[in-house]
Amino acid sequence: MIIITDQPLEPNILTDAVRDDTDGAVITFEGVTRNHNDGRGVEYLEYEAYRPMADEKLQELIDEIKDRWEIDKVAIAHRIGRVDIGELSLVIAVSAAHRRPAFESTLHFIDRLKQVVPIWKKEYFEGGDVWVGDPDSKRASA
Amino acid sequence: MKIAIKLFAGLRDRAGTGDLSVELPEGATVRDAIEAAQHNAPKKWAAPTSLMAAVNNEYVEFTDTVADGDELALIPPVSGG
Repeated sequence: MIIITDQPLEPNILTDAVRDDTDGAVITFEGVTRNHNDGRGVEYLEYEAYRPMADEKLQELIDEIKDRWEIDKVAIAHRIGRVDIGELSLVIAVSAAHRRPAFESTLHFIDRLKQVVPIWKKEYFEGGDVWVGDPDSKRASA
Repeated sequence: MKIAIKLFAGLRDRAGTGDLSVELPEGATVRDAIEAAQHNAPKKWAAPTSLMAAVNNEYVEFTDTVADGDELALIPPVSGG
C-alpha cells in the first residue's frame, strides 16, 4: 500500500493493511511536524512530490527491504501540501513474524526515503521560508 | 528533438518556472539539456553540485543521452519524511 495525499494521514488504515495472524510484530512509525528546527520556531511545513516517480521509488524501497529482511507486509503514506504543527507527514507500517527485522527495516526505509524519493519539504518560520536541505535556498528572515 | 524538462522545489523558484520544453540535436546528453534549460528559463539559475536528474522516472547520469519525447526531471536535494 502506497498513499501520497493532501489529506490528513490515518495510521490505523496502514496498520490494519499490514496486520496478519502470522505476524508477531507490527511497527508503525509516525513522522510528525514539530514546532522547531535549527534553533528557530517552525509555523508549518509544505511538501511537494514528483509523481508518479515518487510512487515508483517508494515501491522500489518496499521491494528493497522485503528482499533484505524477513518481513511480511509494508504500507507507506506521505502527506503533501500544507502540514501543520502536530500533524503527520509520514506513516510507515511494517509487519513481521519477529520484532527485530520489523524495527531494522523500518529505520532503513526512512533513511533511504530521505535519499532517493523525490519529495521536498518547505519550512515556514517567522519571517521566512526555506526548502530543507537545499544549500541554495536561503530566504532567511531579514 | 524535443525534451520536456520539469524543475522542482527551490530549483523551480530560482528558475521562475517548473516546466520547460527545449529543442536539442540528436545525441544530446542530460548535461546538454540542463544547459538548454538554463538558457531558456525566465530567470538565470545555477545547477547545484548536489543536483540529480531523472529521465522518465529513473535516475540518470549527466553523461547519459536523451531521446525525443523524454521527460527530464531536475531534482534538487530531496527532503521527504
